[in-house]
Amino acid sequence: MGEEVKVFRTWSSPFAFRVVWALQFKGVPYENIYEDLSEKSSLLLHYNPIHKKVPVLVHNGKPLAESLVILEYIEETWKQTPLFPEDPYERATARFWARFGDDQVLPSVFGVFIKQGKEREEAIVTAHGNLKYLEEELRGKKFFSGEKIGFLDLAFGWVANLVSVFEEIQGLTLIDHEKYPLLLAWIQNFMDDPIIKESWPPRDKLITKYQALLGSFIPKEAAEK
Amino acid sequence: MAKSEVKLLGAWPSPFVMRARIALNIKAVEYEFVLETLEPKSPLLLQSNPVYKKIPVLIHADKPICESLIIVQYIDEVWTSAPSILPSDPYDRAIQRFWAAYVDDKLFPTMRGLLTTQGEEARKAVLDQLAEGLALLEEAFGKCSKGKAFFGGDRIGLLDIAFGCMLGWLRATEKISGLKLLHEANTPGLLKWADTFCADAAVKGVMPETEKLVEFSKVIVARMRGAHPPK
Repeated sequence: MGEEVKVFRTWSSPFAFRVVWALQFKGVPYENIYEDLSEKSSLLLHYNPIHKKVPVLVHNGKPLAESLVILEYIEETWKQTPLFPEDPYERATARFWARFGDDQVLPSVFGVFIKQGKEREEAIVTAHGNLKYLEEELRGKKFFSGEKIGFLDLAFGWVANLVSVFEEIQGLTLIDHEKYPLLLAWIQNFMDDPIIKESWPPRDKLITKYQALLGSFIPKEAAEK
Repeated sequence: MAKSEVKLLGAWPSPFVMRARIALNIKAVEYEFVLETLEPKSPLLLQSNPVYKKIPVLIHADKPICESLIIVQYIDEVWTSAPSILPSDPYDRAIQRFWAAYVDDKLFPTMRGLLTTQGEEARKAVLDQLAEGLALLEEAFGKCSKGKAFFGGDRIGLLDIAFGCMLGWLRATEKISGLKLLHEANTPGLLKWADTFCADAAVKGVMPETEKLVEFSKVIVARMRGAHPPK
């Protein structure tokens, strides 16, 4: 029996995408196990009792949760196509920005999407305050990781497929040409990569999903304004 | 290595700063401890951690590294001739990283909540959450230590450092609230581990005295009710 790799995920989870992209870049065969989060399987709850979330990577029966932790595990287990920088300082920097992405950028961008009125205005200011760091990090580089896609690009992958969905649904532009020329170029380069392209979530499905999600956050009268 | 090559910006009450100090101690790295007063934040802090403006910041050969768990891993990866802080097996490393993230993302905010939450019912909810978290860590300790003294086995590892640095504040919280958070009944493993960890040579000199933290907590509770404490 060879390696057995399973990924518990949903079709849209940005955190799960990081994991499957990493496996694909390294050419590691794996099995997708799609979860319905409204009715989590007993297997998912068994493998991730603490957070009860996707993604979960199960390698030869041993489970791991938390996408950034999983990415480090994938890197250390399958050494081909390295995704992390070799230099410890560059690695620390990449880890820093990945956590910044999850702790600050993602919540602030999501805030812009679901909030309204004055709260949204404030969320937009916060989001720009965070996004500017991404623009700066791309200076002189094609990808966050340099010439090729790496760990930090995978960590920021949600920027490439979700932000424009949020922008379309809400009729606003967050990542504009004037402020974010490098980030926009990165989004295009990232999307154009053959491996990324192959498992790109369908845009129309994302729009439907997030429109429905929005409906659950705000009262119906406000949604129809 | 010249002492000034390695600087650590920090303050004695911070559990996060302590993590970096323990890691440097384990590796026997000579460093300059630069006391950050935080009010106001020093130009060095603002320059070396412009994103969060928080301590600790490790400055190695003029390059800043921020976020305590990232600093500890950096230290482990640079000073490789000294004892390892992370285990060698990728799965064991992942488990340590998972629980270290849990300490930061779930346990620490709950602990902090116990000091700032008011109202009996709300406090009970926080207490229950904390007890649940400690029970999970007790279980994790059993699995990770495999009968040895530390989460890392024979030696202090990443998770020992991540969680161990919370012990000062955990004990201070016990004193302030009059409650036992780690005890023989529910967390016998952790109780024993806590003593072993605090007595370790790499930890002893940098773990603040509980009494001092109790005094300091009055300052920090006031600050926490407004802004965020140092990370």
